[in-house]
Amino acid sequence: MDLEEYQRRARTWLAANAPGARAEGASAEDGVVVAKDFMARLHDAGYSGITWPAEWGGQGLTQAEERAFAAEAAEVTLPTYIFSIGLGMCGPTLVDLGTPEQKARHIRRLLRGEDVWCQLFSEPGAGSDVASLQTRAVPTEDGGWVVNGQKVWTSVAQHADFGLLLTRTDVDVPKHKGLTMLIVDMRVPGVTVRPLRDMTGRAHFNEIFFDDVHIGPGNVVGEVNGGWASAVTTLLHERLSISSGVGMSGQRDNPASFESLRKIVDTTDPLVRDELVELHVRTRALALFNAKLSQETKAGIFPGARGSAAKLLLAELINFGADLAVSLAGPEAVAYEDGGGLAGAIALAPAMSLGGGTNEIMRNIVGDRVLNLPPEPRVDKKVPFKDLKVGTQS
Amino acid sequence: MRLVLSSEQHELRAAVRSFLATVSPPAKVRQDMEGPDGHDHAVYRRLNGELGLAGLVVPEEHGGAGGGHADLAVALEETGAALLPGPLLATVFATIVLSELAGAGGMAVKELLPGIAAGTTAATVGPLPGNRGRVTVTADGTLEGEIPAVLNGADAGLILVVTGGGDVYAVEAGAEGLGRIPLTTLDLTRRQARLTFAATPARLVAEGEAAASGLARAFDLVAVALAAEQLGVLRASLDAIVAYSGLRMAFGRPIGSYQAVKHKLADMHCKLEQADAIVRYAAWAADESPGELPEAAALAQAYVGRACFEVARDHLLLHGGIGFTWEHDAHLYYKRAKSDEVLLGPPRTHRTRLADLVI
Repeated sequence: MDLEEYQRRARTWLAANAPGARAEGASAEDGVVVAKDFMARLHDAGYSGITWPAEWGGQGLTQAEERAFAAEAAEVTLPTYIFSIGLGMCGPTLVDLGTPEQKARHIRRLLRGEDVWCQLFSEPGAGSDVASLQTRAVPTEDGGWVVNGQKVWTSVAQHADFGLLLTRTDVDVPKHKGLTMLIVDMRVPGVTVRPLRDMTGRAHFNEIFFDDVHIGPGNVVGEVNGGWASAVTTLLHERLSISSGVGMSGQRDNPASFESLRKIVDTTDPLVRDELVELHVRTRALALFNAKLSQETKAGIFPGARGSAAKLLLAELINFGADLAVSLAGPEAVAYEDGGGLAGAIALAPAMSLGGGTNEIMRNIVGDRVLNLPPEPRVDKKVPFKDLKVGTQS
Repeated sequence: MRLVLSSEQHELRAAVRSFLATVSPPAKVRQDMEGPDGHDHAVYRRLNGELGLAGLVVPEEHGGAGGGHADLAVALEETGAALLPGPLLATVFATIVLSELAGAGGMAVKELLPGIAAGTTAATVGPLPGNRGRVTVTADGTLEGEIPAVLNGADAGLILVVTGGGDVYAVEAGAEGLGRIPLTTLDLTRRQARLTFAATPARLVAEGEAAASGLARAFDLVAVALAAEQLGVLRASLDAIVAYSGLRMAFGRPIGSYQAVKHKLADMHCKLEQADAIVRYAAWAADESPGELPEAAALAQAYVGRACFEVARDHLLLHGGIGFTWEHDAHLYYKRAKSDEVLLGPPRTHRTRLADLVI
């Protein structure tokens, strides 16, 4: 089947099968049922795991088919949000590093929406510097582990069946050398998931507590004390999935976008026009940069760390746009009976600068890996973890 | 929409880059900018003889290479990065105007273009959009008036004059009643002159509606061409300060290892990426999507002009005191960037135009 035919069939299938509702719809439970049902049908139709290996439940096709499907999927709203972490990060990590048993057990179920996955790296004391995490995993006599600690910023954990958990397994070596990645069953005793109310008033994330959680043998991803390499694999997939738009809604519904704003402000005021045109210029500049990265990727030029520049620019654009939108709209944007879209936008704006790496971390990445500037001297690379200051502890 | 270079364009880039590195390296730029005409005529001849840059977008029937504006953008990015002195940009502007008037211009275009495309005649255009100037046509067909600033006005062999009525005339360098008063320019690598016309004989190139529509598109193409040069200035400025940041030591380590410097450079890189994408887009629109050109051209000047100056400025500042010295090249880039930013009028004019097109 040629690519055009493939894309045409995808379009037809999506038109007939997209439920047009998100998993966080009317009630969370209903949403999850809708989403899981949709994923099963997506997999039956051959559109889940398009590039994933066929022997583990994928379709074994190429990036070309993946892009063709994504182009069609972008035109509709799919209830796949709760699977975005599993499909974008956890699953690809298992494909790369998992044992045959792990792949056989998890990947097909993940692709069919039977299991929801979450990623458990960040901690209250380890954000940008995630390798300084303190959640401990201690080996047990049966070859398993006992885990104690706390994770934070965990999307979809309230629905999750499994998680990729990064733990500290050796405190006598430098911090990057004593980490181990484990698969944790989120339904076992000792795992507590608490919604984390953020500045928008909603709970986009969770915090997770591990109290003497037992993890059986066979759940190490990668090597024991080689968890940093595993985490780097996951984070690489995270950035790729963000830059390719997995799990990100478009600008269509953004009340602070140029298109939305020009409908509600006085466009005859020259100062308003100047501010609007600045937003337009920045929006177009980033859209064209992203289009260039995508064309380069198709031509076989891997964007690598330049994706961090795009992420930084997106964060700045979102903050600029929301700030401008509220200023242009004036007092009614911050005190309202109905609406509140712009208040929501300005409250949500910081999230883009914080999630997936802060603006400062993005600038470090661009400086170090795109411009090849000399690294900063590091005081934490050779010190045993137990002697290192981490988080806000002295 | 095509935002990545073809293999032919990569070859063109490499050819222009290596030519300029050999024939017009920074030391030669400094030497030539202080010479009588502000450039080396031999360099200009070779630029056209060996690379055919002046005739790049001139149709083959008029003696050019018949290339696209995406190709031209690749070449001008390199001449901008090298701060090439001389009349290439002014001449390219003139070839764009003449090529776009070819349909309306009849014989004049057919006779004038080949010499310019071959590089034997350097040409210029004035007044450019957003520039002052008032030239009228007298009853006997001669020109009267003044244009306060014309690129390479004193050394160009042919001057295309846009009259107050929107007609286009060609004036020979030696024409009677043509006054050419060299100006002192902020940008030392590019000369300008005040031109006065007193009963100056001129040849009509195009007039009326045909001239107006041809000129409108031509000046959008000029805006795109200038943006390509600005992209080169931006890129070269960033490259220079990135290299220096890896070498210059302070407090025991390279200054590029400090986040105060590194983060600024990362922001400058973000501007480069976006400026590059916008120039490729605008050049693609110039070649393939005429309906998008006006907006793309305004976007290119609104974004790239500003980004280029900001990066050139910050590259100078991050050099520290050495960047403020006459002997360092940083000020040459800074001055070219500011001069380019206002070459087609105050920057607000591009923003106003873009606002009118999109809001």
